[in-house]
Amino acid sequence: MRTFTYTRARHASDAVARFRTGTAYLGGGTNLVDLMRLGVATPDQLVDVSRLPHDQVEPTPGGGLRIGAAVRNSDLAAHPLVRADYPMLARALLSGASGQIRNMATVGGNLLQRTRCAYFQDTLMPCNKRLPGSGCPAVDGDHENLAILGHSAGDELACVATHPSDLAVALTALDAQVHVTGPGTTRVIPMPGLHRLPGAEPHRDTVLAPGELITAIELPPPPPGRSTYRKVRERASFAFALVSVAALIEVADDGTAGTCRVALGGVAHAPWRAFSAERTVAGAPATAETFARAAAAELSQAAPLARNGYKVTLARNLIAATLEELSR
Amino acid sequence: MNEVTIGVNGVLHRLTVDPRTSLLDLLRERLGLTGTKKGCDHGQCGACTVLIDGRRANACLALAVAHDGAAVTTVEGLAANGDLHPLQDAFIRHDAFQCGYCTPGQLCSAAGMLGESGPSAITADLETEPALTPGEIRERMSGNLCRCGAYVNIVRAIGEITETARP
Repeated sequence: MRTFTYTRARHASDAVARFRTGTAYLGGGTNLVDLMRLGVATPDQLVDVSRLPHDQVEPTPGGGLRIGAAVRNSDLAAHPLVRADYPMLARALLSGASGQIRNMATVGGNLLQRTRCAYFQDTLMPCNKRLPGSGCPAVDGDHENLAILGHSAGDELACVATHPSDLAVALTALDAQVHVTGPGTTRVIPMPGLHRLPGAEPHRDTVLAPGELITAIELPPPPPGRSTYRKVRERASFAFALVSVAALIEVADDGTAGTCRVALGGVAHAPWRAFSAERTVAGAPATAETFARAAAAELSQAAPLARNGYKVTLARNLIAATLEELSR
Repeated sequence: MNEVTIGVNGVLHRLTVDPRTSLLDLLRERLGLTGTKKGCDHGQCGACTVLIDGRRANACLALAVAHDGAAVTTVEGLAANGDLHPLQDAFIRHDAFQCGYCTPGQLCSAAGMLGESGPSAITADLETEPALTPGEIRERMSGNLCRCGAYVNIVRAIGEITETARP
């Protein structure tokens, strides 16, 4: 591991003041420390933000929830208000990583974890995300678990990486607001909107500027309806998603669908809000036929690579089955 | 180099560490506590699991410098006054290991897990405190791999004491 200096910030603006080129903020470290050991991340200064006073989960006056960025994933999943009012969020958190890692991982750090694309994590390989311009071996290589939506496989700076967070998928479906403190400013970034598609800058996972620090996540009041998070993976636990879905649906007494939210994980460079599917469902009869049509509408935008076409079918079936389960 | 004070199994250690030092390497190389094992060193196998301030964590992913002031319990600290921890006793009686390399991590993980509350990914009703059925134990212990495949007896050993040990 490359040498670095370590300092602990006392509050958010103190952390931002310590930031300079080469600095990384340290939360739980469950991804960053590993990337440093692999030589993928090479900060020369770590500013520890894990003990900042952002460790509370509090109801907001408007009926929502404010979650400090330093709250640990396991504590958020076990919080009574999350379990009662935001089941998709609790289930997304609980389906990520292992008990040990959830105890260490912070909410802010979870959103900023890097892709698990094997080429990104191997410094002997080219990778446009790690080293823009070096190429993307995944386009013609090992891409079975990489993107089917929103990627840039045909571009000069190709990137077909996926974002690995489960939490981010639920927050994307819930219209979460990300509170950020940066050099001289604070701002609020809506989800979807924090994470970006690779475009011409595959090295940038998010819209955050250098030095900007996530301080809190704010959830609006829970939307009406039933919600859940379903994750399909290669083993039953402790694995990243092949495809996951955060879904919510409200069904009226006459069987008509009202509010519908759908977001996908494991399919793109960012959590994928399935607006086409949502529009198809809202106001339509809450039937298997509607859900199949909605899923097909969303996945009509897919551009699978040579060996990950199975994910298109998987995502389609997962959307339809989950909405059907929720509307029973 | 940084100064840290870390309590390990009830003993305070004041140490000067390179900030790159993981808690795992500090335990094994500096303090000679080799019960905690290095498996993958990437947080994927759970062999290095210890309790940090009572919560289970992967010592390989923890920088020692970031845990200044922490109280750490390793497998060497589970037994009190020479008596085996109930989990250690259950693992022996249920033959819950073969080579034993993952066992310290399994034991610390189980000890931490028994102190946790709330649902798991497989719990049907999120608002209940589910009984620790074999399925719940398997899900909650999924961060600890056993290459010998002793899972069946690990689940039995943990299951035997869940009734008495869970708060």
